[in-house]
Amino acid sequence: MMNFLFRRKKSANSAKERLQLVLIHDRTDLTPAELDSLKDDLLATISHHIDIDPTAVTINVAYDGRSQRLVADIPLRSVGHKRGREPGRAVG
Amino acid sequence: MTAKVVTIASGKGGVGKTTSVANIAVALASRGQKVTCIDGDIGLRNLDVVLGLENRIVYDLVDVIEGRCRLRQAMIRDKRLPELYLIPAAQTRDKTAISPSDMVRLCDELGQEVDWIIIDSPAGIERGFKNAIAAADRVLVMTNAEVSAVRDADRVIGLLDAEEKGPAALVINRLDPALVKRGDMLSVDDVIDLLAVELIGIIPEDENVIVASNKGQPLALDGKSKAGLAFQNIARRLMGEQVPFMDLETHNLFQRLLGRKK
Repeated sequence: MMNFLFRRKKSANSAKERLQLVLIHDRTDLTPAELDSLKDDLLATISHHIDIDPTAVTINVAYDGRSQRLVADIPLRSVGHKRGREPGRAVG
Repeated sequence: MTAKVVTIASGKGGVGKTTSVANIAVALASRGQKVTCIDGDIGLRNLDVVLGLENRIVYDLVDVIEGRCRLRQAMIRDKRLPELYLIPAAQTRDKTAISPSDMVRLCDELGQEVDWIIIDSPAGIERGFKNAIAAADRVLVMTNAEVSAVRDADRVIGLLDAEEKGPAALVINRLDPALVKRGDMLSVDDVIDLLAVELIGIIPEDENVIVASNKGQPLALDGKSKAGLAFQNIARRLMGEQVPFMDLETHNLFQRLLGRKK
């Protein structure tokens, strides 16, 4: 009731959110800064080969149980309709 | 007879390892099991006072390992139960006095005589912890529903996996159902979600725990308090029984009906 009136954020929720982030970094030994630099390197490498929109890219560490994975979602820019269903293939 | 060796670890200090070792050992012994608990916290001996056996120590863990006494001589029998023994930690030495292989050898010998060996690990993840888990068949990781304890528990769970001592089983200690309900304490589900391990026990916050340690009489001896019952349940689960987790909500409501207002 009080929570409703004051719209106070429950502290247990903050604890859980904070721990989720901390544990990912503890388990992978990857700091947020290192993750950012990894993202930059990945983007640079991929851009060498294909045309991507850097602002549409998401790269994050996700976890499933106790195992971690690096999940990258990298939309590719379409090069027109010539290649049909293979927008990923950049052609000369 | 080959004993099952169970180590209780936590990473963070003060979450209730020693109290739990005492109570789980008492609970197993009260079920007719032959149990020896070992205080692995060399230099910071405490399991003896929690069990109320501090006045009967002659030899300790390091004495056995260094051959100054026979194993039997270092096993203090708890007279309240037919088959409960304590091997106390040395107080004037440190963790480097023993090695993981010493612990394996000791538990091999001791395992011929008892059903269960319950080892109290020191806090931390260094030598004392490595000694405590060396002989373990199973490791229970203890935490409180609180950020620093959960984080340290995660480290310990990861180390146990790396040392092939996993999967760990989790004990959540000092859970306060009223705080959880109010949204000011991580719930059991939250903690399980974060740590992704199997749960083996939930111990509710219970002021009887302090009273029991004041007297040196572990709660599980009578088993009437909520915490005492929770420890009995862990012992039953260790023995392979399927025991549902207590409904802590009811307890909470009951307390409210009694008008526990401040």
